[in-house]
Amino acid sequence: MAVDVRDTARAPETPFWLDARYRAIMFQVILLVLVVGFAGYIFYNTYQNLQRRGIASGFDFLGSTAGFDIIMHLVPYAASESFGRALLVGLLNTLAVAAIGIVLATILGFVVGVARLSRNWLISRIASIYIEVIRNIPLLLQIIFWYQVLGKSTPGPRQSIDIGGLFFINNRGLYMPAPVTEPGFWLTPVAFAAGVVATIVMHRWARARQMATGQQFPVLWTALGLIFGLPILVLLVTGMPFHWDYPKLQGFNFSGGMVLIPEFISLTFALVIYTGAFIGENVRAGIMAVNHGQTEASYALGLRPGPTLRLVVIPQAMRVIIPPLTSQYLNLTKNSSLATAIGYPDLVAVFAGTVLNQTGQAVECIAITMGVYLFLSLTTSVFMNWFNRRVALKER
Amino acid sequence: MKKLSVIAAGAALIAFAAGDAQAQATLDAIKKRGQVICGVSQSLPGFANPDAQGNWAGFDVDMCRAISAAIFGDAKRVKFVPTTAKERFTALQSGEVDLLARNTTWTMSRDVQLGFDFAGINFYDGQGFMAKKSLGVKSALELKGATVCTQTGTTTEQNLADFFRSNKMEYKVVAMEKNDEVLAAYDSGRCDVFTTDRSGLAADRTKLKVPNDHVILPEVISKEPLGPLSRHGDNNWNDIIRWSFFAMLNAEELGVDSKNVDEMKKSANPEIKRLLGVEGDFGKMLNLDNAWAYNIIKLVGNYGETYEKNVGPNTPIGLSRGVNALWSKGGLQYAPPIR
Repeated sequence: MAVDVRDTARAPETPFWLDARYRAIMFQVILLVLVVGFAGYIFYNTYQNLQRRGIASGFDFLGSTAGFDIIMHLVPYAASESFGRALLVGLLNTLAVAAIGIVLATILGFVVGVARLSRNWLISRIASIYIEVIRNIPLLLQIIFWYQVLGKSTPGPRQSIDIGGLFFINNRGLYMPAPVTEPGFWLTPVAFAAGVVATIVMHRWARARQMATGQQFPVLWTALGLIFGLPILVLLVTGMPFHWDYPKLQGFNFSGGMVLIPEFISLTFALVIYTGAFIGENVRAGIMAVNHGQTEASYALGLRPGPTLRLVVIPQAMRVIIPPLTSQYLNLTKNSSLATAIGYPDLVAVFAGTVLNQTGQAVECIAITMGVYLFLSLTTSVFMNWFNRRVALKER
Repeated sequence: MKKLSVIAAGAALIAFAAGDAQAQATLDAIKKRGQVICGVSQSLPGFANPDAQGNWAGFDVDMCRAISAAIFGDAKRVKFVPTTAKERFTALQSGEVDLLARNTTWTMSRDVQLGFDFAGINFYDGQGFMAKKSLGVKSALELKGATVCTQTGTTTEQNLADFFRSNKMEYKVVAMEKNDEVLAAYDSGRCDVFTTDRSGLAADRTKLKVPNDHVILPEVISKEPLGPLSRHGDNNWNDIIRWSFFAMLNAEELGVDSKNVDEMKKSANPEIKRLLGVEGDFGKMLNLDNAWAYNIIKLVGNYGETYEKNVGPNTPIGLSRGVNALWSKGGLQYAPPIR
């Protein structure tokens, strides 16, 4: 009987387009069709227009000879290599600036963030002036400024500033000796890797032991010994299988050794100074977000200020710091494309600049460049999100 | 980043542009708009350079003005769009400009692969080097190990690589986007040598603090035939550019210039009659007025006049005619007849 009642009480059949469940899905399907259709239309129209105007299209050009040189390349490169190789050179140059910039800006940012909260009046004032000045000047101006300062304040190659006959500073860059490896050197990097692995194992063991027994272990000194001491020891035992290549003044310029070109130095410097100011504010906000009661409780338990900061305040502050820190990392990577303004051969300058112009395939070159930046940003985000989950508050 | 967005916008224009912007469409669009949009160099004295009032002057600028005179009978109906070496082709491909009259070298890949048509060679040039006199360099073959400043996205960049590669010399290249940035880098000592087309070297040398401290080395390492170009496919428009240039050359050859053009209309010479539209319907063939060439000569001048006025020996640029003299005077400039 009960069943019958329910059947008769049911509302008359609603058409499926008025049913809330189906309607939600239907709208999403319509949106998807529109988006895909629009993208398809653009793609087709572009292709048709390129065809009609007799402009070459496709990605075959990546294999043809580049025919131009690039001043800084981290992998072997010459004018006889392909456009694809030039893409790789530009990408690595971008990554070099981004990676070094991220590391240095993080260090600077943490120092400045902590300094701004210092009880020392002078230190906290210097930190706030730095942050307020740097954050409020456009980055492009800063890059050009540092480049000009570097160019104007350094002498020509023949009047180089000589530091011990090993380092030379002039308006062509910072020259330094380069290590040249000999057979048998491979053991040293292996020892370094082994040191890193051993440190991770040791750290876990020490933590487990401290949790169990309360005994502390000198992790920092052991880690330094494993990571740096071990490779040096191996180097000595194998009989120093490398020699230094020193820069020498020959003709117009120095040759030999390694060189950091002024474009690289000023771009990295400007990016670090700029991003460091933002990170400093993030760090300050993060530390201030930790309730002062936490510090007092820690003191009450007998922890000294150092361990209090390291074990109580920073871990909690990190939860607040990391999400904005991620976007600063992304900003730094994307801002490195301003390199074009001073002639640093980054991805945009080399690929979306020279290669685009030599081949004329604007659509392909811009698409590849955008794809690469998208990939870099998403990779950074994925890593930082993973890191964020690790330090996130674990609700128990 | 701004430059990138300009190019990205150009690429987007290609993506969205409706299909049939072809055959004769350019001339119709120009007439409707009342203006020729001409892509020129950003700042190259003698070729394309705005003065303090924003009035453009130069050899390439006169090419644009001649086309405006041919279409409208008014040399001032031109909008000049300064483009960098990097942006110029995207600007033309996407229809942002009607033509480029801008120290652009005619090469096979630009003609064929990029979808352009060159209308002629209005300046025969070649790439050279400029160095500080104090370096004591006498020849480009002494440049082993030098640092060279150049503009990115040019044939210069590739010729440079070819030259050093074929002479087995090492070098370092500092490539920048804008010509002025390249020159500033050279001036500040970032590079030992500055390289571009020799006409460009002469023009840029006038911008340096003490022009006489710099020497242009004797070697010419490439052929750089410079000329105006338009998009492939609109032949009528390309014909207008080509014959505007040829009209200027023919006028010089026939002794017609901006001062005597009115008297020359009465000339008995049939070639002059055809040029000035007294005889024949040559303007109509181009979908223009029959006085097209008369207007060019009257309002802009013949080839020799614009050369002397902008880059000739009596200007700060100081380039002699050399290979750019008429064929009848031992040069390479030769125009097909109007008949």
